[in-house]
Parts: sequence; C-alpha cells; structure tokens
Amino acid sequence: MPAVQETVERVRRIDVDQYRYGFETQIESDKAPKGLSEDTVRFISAKKNEPPWMLEWRLEAYRRWLTMTEPTWARVDYPKIDYQDIYYYAAPKPKKTLSSIDEIDPEILKTYEKLGIPLREVAILEGVEPPPGGPPSANRKIAVDAVFDSVSVATTFQKELKAAGVIFMPISEAIREHPELVQKYLGTVVPTSDNYFATLNSAVFSDGSFVYVPPGVRCPMELSTYFRINERNTGQFERTLIIADKGSYVSYLEGCTAPQRDENQLHAAVVELVTLDDAEIKYSTVQNWYPGNSEGKGGIYNFVTKRGDCRGKNSKISWTQVETGSAITWKYPSCILRGDNSSGEFYSIAISNGFQQVDSGTKMIHLGKNTSSRIISKGIAAGKSQNTYRGLVSAHRKATGARNYTACDSLLIGDKCGAHTVPYVEAKNSSATFEHEATTSKISEDVLFYCIQRGLSQEEAVGLVVNGFVKDVLQQLPMEFAVEAQKLISISLEGSVG
Amino acid sequence: MSLLEVKDLQVRVEEREILHGLSLNVNPGEVHAIMGPNGSGKSTLSHVIAGKPGYEVTGGQILFRGEDLLEMDPNERAAKGVFLAFQYPVEIPGVTTWNFLHAALNAQRKARGEDEISSPAFLKKVREVAKSLNIPQDMLKRGVNVGFSGGEKKRNEILQMALFEPAVCILDEMDSGLDIDALRIAADGVNALRSPERAMVVITHYQRLLNYIVPDVVHVMSKGRVVKSGGKELALELEESGYAQFEDAA
Ligand SMILES: Nc1ncnc2c1ncn2[C@@H]1O[C@H](COP(=O)(O)OP(=O)(O)OP(=O)(O)O)[C@@H](O)[C@H]1O
Ligand SMILES: [Mg+2]
Repeated sequence: MPAVQETVERVRRIDVDQYRYGFETQIESDKAPKGLSEDTVRFISAKKNEPPWMLEWRLEAYRRWLTMTEPTWARVDYPKIDYQDIYYYAAPKPKKTLSSIDEIDPEILKTYEKLGIPLREVAILEGVEPPPGGPPSANRKIAVDAVFDSVSVATTFQKELKAAGVIFMPISEAIREHPELVQKYLGTVVPTSDNYFATLNSAVFSDGSFVYVPPGVRCPMELSTYFRINERNTGQFERTLIIADKGSYVSYLEGCTAPQRDENQLHAAVVELVTLDDAEIKYSTVQNWYPGNSEGKGGIYNFVTKRGDCRGKNSKISWTQVETGSAITWKYPSCILRGDNSSGEFYSIAISNGFQQVDSGTKMIHLGKNTSSRIISKGIAAGKSQNTYRGLVSAHRKATGARNYTACDSLLIGDKCGAHTVPYVEAKNSSATFEHEATTSKISEDVLFYCIQRGLSQEEAVGLVVNGFVKDVLQQLPMEFAVEAQKLISISLEGSVG
Repeated sequence: MSLLEVKDLQVRVEEREILHGLSLNVNPGEVHAIMGPNGSGKSTLSHVIAGKPGYEVTGGQILFRGEDLLEMDPNERAAKGVFLAFQYPVEIPGVTTWNFLHAALNAQRKARGEDEISSPAFLKKVREVAKSLNIPQDMLKRGVNVGFSGGEKKRNEILQMALFEPAVCILDEMDSGLDIDALRIAADGVNALRSPERAMVVITHYQRLLNYIVPDVVHVMSKGRVVKSGGKELALELEESGYAQFEDAA
C-alpha cells in the first residue's frame, strides 16, 4: 500500500479514539435545572451573588436572544441543537468555603494534575530542551486560573500579581470586586447583540477570567486559564475580559479539554480584549476539546466569539491559536484596529481529522490611520474532515495607509477531506495595501518515503512534515506552549500506533 | 553469508514489469558499482531494496543477512542498516536539517533497543561529520534540503550516511550535480566509511566516480537485468565503447 494511503487508513481508524483527556472526574455537582428560561438566568446570577445591574444585563441579552436565529452561513453541518436539553450551570459542590488552594477538592486537583496543569503555587520548571540556537528554557512562572465546568476553582499567584497591580481573577469575582472596571468594558467589544452565540453567552455565562493590567505595567508572568468541561449535558459558557491599560503588556494563554462522551456538548465562549494607547495583548490558545469518536459521534460544538479592540494608538493585539479539538469549530478571533498606528495579528493552526468540521479565521477591521495587520493561517485536513479558512480584511474610508498581509496555506492528508479558503476583502480607500497569498498542497508520497527511509515511522513522518508546515505559527507561541502544541499536533494525526 | 542478496527479482510498476529477474550478491566490505543506461531500472532496484511503496514484487527475494528484507517495513530496514542516498533528495520545509537528523537517528536507535542520543551529544557528532564533509554549520539549521543547491543536497545525503553508520549503503547517482571538488570531498566521505563490515552499492553513469571510489565489482544493467559483471576494468571498457554491445545481450 502506498505510504500516504496507509497513513490515510490509519488516520481513518482513528486517533480521535485516542483522545488523552477523555476521562471523567467523579464529583458531586450543583446544577441549575435543565433548560433555558429567565429563571435559569436569574438562578445563575443569584448563584454568583451578582449585583442587580449584572442580572439586568443578562436578562436583556436573554430577551434579545429569543428574537434571534442560529446562523447558517458557516461551512459546518450539525443536527439542530435543543437549547432546552442543556444544563446551563454546573459547579463542583464545595465541601466548604475555600480560602486557599489547599482546600480545593483533591479530586479536582487530581484532574488538573492529570491534565498536566499545576495549580499549586510553584514555579514551573519545565525540563524542555532548547533547540540549538533557540532561547534557553528560563524558569518561568505562569499564573493559572482553572475553570471547572461553570466555576473557577483556583487562581494561583494572586499575591505576586497584586504587588504588580495586575488584577487576575475569575470574572464572577471581578463583577463583585471591581464593578466599575467590568461595567466600563464588558460588552464593549462584543456587544450583547453581536451574534446568536455571543448573545446566548451574555445571558448565561458562568465564569471565565478577568485581567486588568494598569498603565505602564508589564505583567510579570504569563497568565493562563484552563477550561475543563466535566459534567454531562452541560454547556460551557465562559466569558473572558482582558484590559491592557496605557503602555502595558500581557501575555495570556488558554487551554481547554473535555471528557469523552457520546453526546455533543455546547461550548459558546466570548473573549473580549481591549488595548489602550501603546498597550499590547498577546493571546494564545491551545484548543483541544473532545473531537468526537471515529464514527463522528460526540464531541464539543465550539461556537466562540473572540474579539480584540485596539482602542488606543500604537496598540497591538496578537491572536495565536492551535485548534485540534472539537467536533465543530466556529471561531474567528478578530481585531478592530481603531487606534491610529495600531496593529493586529492572527496566527492559526487548525487541524481537523475524523469527522471534525472547522470553520475558522479572523476579521481585521482597519478603522484608524496607518494600521497594519498580519494573518498567517495553516489548515491541515485529514480523515473525512472539512477545514475552512474564512477571513475578512476591511479598511474604512478613513483608514488611510492600512496594510494587510494574509497567507493561507492548506495541507491535505488523504482524499476524503476538504480544505477551503474564503477570503473577503473590502477596501474603502485607495491607499490601503492588501496582499493575499494562498496555497493548497497534499502531503507528498516522496517526502514521506524519504523520512521513513531514514528510520521514522509513518506517523512520525507525518507529524514531522506537519510540524514543519506549521512552524511559522508555532514560533509565535510561548515556548512551553509550543512544545505542548507540537506534541498535540502529532497526537491528533498519529493514529492508533503507540 | 552475504550481506545483501538479491535473487531473481521481478518487479512491476503499474502493471509494467521493470525488473525481469535481477540477481546481485554483495558481501561485507565490498563495493559494487552498477552502471547502465537511463531507464534500465537502477533506481527501481534501489527503491525496492529500501522498501518504497508503489512497486509490486512479483517474483524473487531480497535477503539481508539472511533475513527476508521484503517482509520488513522500510523504517525497520533503515534501523537494521539499509541506507539509500537518493538520486533526487526531497525538500522538507520548516523542518531543520538538525532536527530531522536527530529525530531519524533516535528513531533508528529506539528500533534497535538502544538509548536515545541527547541533543548535546548529537550536536557534537553531527558537527564533526559535517566538518569532515565540508558542510557549513548553517546548512544544518536550514529546512531539510530547502534551497540547497544540487551539490549540497547530495552532500547532505552523504552526511546522513556517515551519521547513521549503515551496513549497506546504496548511492544512487551521488555524483550527478557535483562539481569536481565536491565530488572528491563526497567520495572521500564515502571512502572513509568503507570498512570490512560495510558494503556499498554505487549507482553511476560515469567512470570518473569510480576513480575515487574504487569498486570491487562492476555490474552492467540493461532493461531490468544484470547483463554483465566484472572487475573495475569493466567500467573503463564501458566508457570506451558504451552500452550498445550489452543491449543485445539483454
Ligand atoms: N512510478 C513509475 N511509474 C511508471 N513507470 C516507472 C515508475 N518508476 C519507474 N518507471 C519506469 O521504470 C523504468 C526504470 O526506471 P528507473 O528510474 O529505475 O531507471 P534508472 O536506471 O534509474 O534510470 P536513470 O539512469 O535515468 O536514473 C523506466 O522506464 C521508468 O519510466
Ligand atoms: Mg535512476
């Protein structure tokens, strides 16, 4: 059998059954009654001890949502979602009120340990070997917020961050403790009326992270949030809000996993980023929700709205994403380049295998003068998956001197999958310069054989070639994440060979 | 026992028979040269020995140290010491030569049940080998063969051969595209690897290479068969009179 054919066969049989994070944690939980109504919204708000303005905000979103219809323009196909058959809130039942990490339910700590996420306040000493010429592996610290189903269970390094003036806490806490900041920014990037899933999120969001970096502060460590869906039939609706005040900088990492289940689970998150003058946010995601099994059963429906607003001049927002999971991905991390001289970046690796469907890309909306954006997208389709890049680059009439560079590369493994590129470009002024390059290639038989003749297995060869293909994007990730992502990429294409 | 034994090999590609009963016997320490006109099946032979998919073996056998090579996966053959320097080495964008070689060497070692070689140890080793072949360090940092000149690609093949220390090296037209100086350096590299345990099969069109790498046996291939074998003087004879005399024999 030709090598590619064999790889395709193996991939078909499949790896998605090899999902490593598919275990379930046995823990009692506190749930809202099934289904969605005003009462559900009130229940969630009450559970979170929210002030009245927050409840009003949610209810308004809920009422708006009732008037909306689910979008159908994406190249994804799934059975109708029954929104009344979902739990909108689930929290691990606390044994008592927690005052420190040591009081977290050991079952949850164990879960995060299994996932490889340290919640204890220890410096992370990664034994990662640096590549020759690469940066040395510094003993870097990462502050972690962990969200288990609907609530945040731990936020580490609180004290150190506080000393720097950085606020990093569950958004549910921020609503109570920093209402002025939350009210000022929440919903200003993704309005409650934005789109069906974002509106739903606005009504029922449960938890997520809140970050505020004060003027002139360079956040002393990477911030990260790990999202974990554990409960059955539960939707996860997290909400993240990050504000980088004037001249500040923060790098934020997000990771996600879920147990392996037969039913589809809904994940509809909203992430809002705001950068003021001269500020920068670097947002990295490794998304590894359960993709479904080899017959296409189960998996996460990932409908996510992520948007950054470069509100201030010279500000910068950079999105880097590695998408390997979910049955359906519907996600377009975008930048509104409002401030003059602001810049936006989108680096993406989207891998689909089995029956996965990915429709992902970005929007770069140039509003200010001399704004620039850069899009590097790498799509890899294997198995029977469909992988679509959908992107919009637009320049407003006043956005003189807007520049964009877009490069979309697709790699196909086998002949039962599809890769599609759907770029939209709108330039409303003649001084905009937009460049677009796109390629589609198939993994070559000769390249695979070359690798295998040198001793690599079929899977190792595919992994290597794919990692080479996505290298430009991997380089954008913080090193610990890059190593993790690299492994994930190989795993998600590996097949059943151990 | 011979190291590599090809017995009456018949190979088809897409329903067409390319090799019609080819035999070859290579002992440890020997260097064999294979010469023959374009399309006579030299690369096909090397691919089948290495296990490239797409070829159908319809008859005959290939034994490596008495074991049935055709039963093994190509990476297993590599780990056991079968190395092919390709006539047309491929490019692998985004994968540094350094990383590629390290991954490949460790894969081979793992398959043999040996310990993996650490990055520093590997780096030291690869630098030494590269130096002896006059390969600049920065080539190792570039994507595998990406943007390499024809000659650089060939040198990179010899580098890998030196690094993996295989038992049987098949060199498919390693001299094509090399200038005179590069040819001498590459040939020196190959000669340095000659040992009583190792065998080489050198495929070439030009007698000149055999002045540098002096063979023990020369085979003439025509239309999918070995039509004549002899000592190194056979190559000189070919240079004089061409393949025509053998075509009739085939
Ligand atoms: N994949 C293939 N499909 C069809 N025909 C093939 C294929 N591979 C090889 N052949 C044919 O087999 C014959 C032998 O080819 P091969 O490459 O082995 O010759 P060669 O002796 O190496 O030639 P050269 O000296 O030009 O390198 C040729 O006629 C070639 O066209
Ligand atoms: Mg040839």
